[in-house]
Amino acid sequence: MASHGIEIKGLYKIFGPNGRQYIDAVKGGMSKAELNATHGHVLGLKDINISMPAGGITVVMGLSGSGKSTLIRHINRLIEPTYGEVVYDGADICQMNANALREFRRHKTAMVFQKFALLPHRTVIENTVYGLDIQGVPRSQSTKLGQKWIERVGLAGFENHYPNQLSGGMQQRVGLARALTNDADILLMDEAYSALDPLIRVDMQTVLLDLQQELKKTVVFITHDLDEALRLGDKIAILRDGQVIQQGTGQEIVLSPADDYITAFVKEVNRGRVLQARTIMKPFEGGSDGLKLSGSTTIEAAAKQICEAGQTRATVIDPAGQPIGTLDLHTIISAMVSPAVNESAQIAAE
Amino acid sequence: MATCNFLPDALCSFPAIGDQYIRETRKVVDDGFKGIVREYGYVIDAVTQPLQWFLNYFERLFTNSPWIVVLVVLLAIVYLGSRSIKITIGTAVAMCAIGMIGLWNDAMITLAITTVATLIAIVIGIPIGILMARSDRIQGTINPILDVMQTLPSFVYLIPVVVIFGIGKVPGLIAVVIYAVPPMIRLTNLGIRLVDKEVLEAADAFGSSSSQKLWNVQLPLALPTIMAGINQTIMMSLAMVVVASMVGVGGLGKNTLQAIANQFFTYGFMNGFALVAIAIIFDRTSQAYGKRLQKHSEVVHG
Repeated sequence: MASHGIEIKGLYKIFGPNGRQYIDAVKGGMSKAELNATHGHVLGLKDINISMPAGGITVVMGLSGSGKSTLIRHINRLIEPTYGEVVYDGADICQMNANALREFRRHKTAMVFQKFALLPHRTVIENTVYGLDIQGVPRSQSTKLGQKWIERVGLAGFENHYPNQLSGGMQQRVGLARALTNDADILLMDEAYSALDPLIRVDMQTVLLDLQQELKKTVVFITHDLDEALRLGDKIAILRDGQVIQQGTGQEIVLSPADDYITAFVKEVNRGRVLQARTIMKPFEGGSDGLKLSGSTTIEAAAKQICEAGQTRATVIDPAGQPIGTLDLHTIISAMVSPAVNESAQIAAE
Repeated sequence: MATCNFLPDALCSFPAIGDQYIRETRKVVDDGFKGIVREYGYVIDAVTQPLQWFLNYFERLFTNSPWIVVLVVLLAIVYLGSRSIKITIGTAVAMCAIGMIGLWNDAMITLAITTVATLIAIVIGIPIGILMARSDRIQGTINPILDVMQTLPSFVYLIPVVVIFGIGKVPGLIAVVIYAVPPMIRLTNLGIRLVDKEVLEAADAFGSSSSQKLWNVQLPLALPTIMAGINQTIMMSLAMVVVASMVGVGGLGKNTLQAIANQFFTYGFMNGFALVAIAIIFDRTSQAYGKRLQKHSEVVHG
């Protein structure tokens, strides 16, 4: 199945009985606080424009109350938008009638929830085939598919357990297996790993990345954790008070945070695992002997390889194997400790 | 009363409307009511006829079958429901005791009407409960009616029932059902409303239609509460079967009524014992069954 991207265009959400009435006021620049004080309505999302790439992981990051869970619920319209478009494969989800929307949810989307939201009276395998039950696929067929995904997420042997008998991490594996069994193009993950403890969370991130290697679904991942966002996201959008304040790749966000708010976030990040060799390398100086590194190697991995090879520098090559730059340990270290490259360049210029 | 010496008469004894006015009003209302009942008697008969058949069928089934067959079937049901040897043995002992004091037939009549009343209450109660859970407006309309039904003393029920349906088994059955159905409705409604919002959202996200949501999520998750409703309904119909003996329902209730009227202490006690024994059997079995349905939530991971 070919993936399609999701285009969110000019999306607004105003919570309250007469949200639509105030859309013009909000467009005219009324703030969230003002709207709440004068009209008693809450501004959930304001002018969201995100293009989510097909077959990639888009991470929407924000703290609680930033509107990220509201945003992901607009993609399968669990929340009705006040204004705007969410386009998938040429169709505006916001304009679908009840029937079309149900079909869209059944066949095009699957969702993983923060609190797992498994059916307590169904066993693991029965939970896994839930989406197929809804589609009307006979159990003889769906059980085979469900079994395959249960094994893929590492739950073989637990098919006939009830969710209550499993730990949180295992329950979320069931949630993931349930979503994958649906075989939908869009995978919506609403703070899917936020309730898990750190080690299991990293473990589950790896599971997702491994699966994504072969599945190439259009994944929308919600999180409040920047490290998680940087690890998973092909593209990251940062939300604050219902507005997108920056979007781009992880490197772009780490290297040039749009404002103080993001700068404060980014400060705590392990740059070594985000920045790539090609971003900080110096122009190629010739002499391509010695260690060769691909441009997309993270600088932490690059440093490790250079040290292990007993060298002080390496040549960065493009996918075709052509040398494109040189990287030495000094450059790596100065990039790993903040401030990062462009800021140090600024300091040097002063 | 001494104070009355100083007060005008009107403040001392309550000024009632004249007797003749009340008499006339009563006559008009009574005649009007009787007229309606007489006029539409055939409608009422047609409506209650199936109930009559239903009830008679069960009564014949219970009383005409050899006692040993009834006992074995009952024990089998109790065991399959509760999966408890203790409850099953208790049931066997209690039923044998009832038989030995010569109340087997009366107990069967009571069992029959209780079974029928409970089945009808479930069939009426669950759909109404579902409707109430779906719409706040319906809930707002039905709740006050249920409040009235539950605050009315059980004797007061009998008045309209007797006037409209007359004396007999079927009017008694109707009174029992009306008395026993509110907990069924309320607990179905409550059970469905208490279903986890997250799970419902997940059902929506996978594209469930509203009937799929009802059958796959809402009813199964509400089942423990619904089972509590069924248990309550059984208990209340047993209680009301005794009161309904005043309008012609037979069985243990009728014996109790006779014992009260004639001060037959031992006879009253034996019938009372039989009723209590049946109530305990029903209660234990339905509760054990309800608990077994929740097996999946027993082993909670720490």
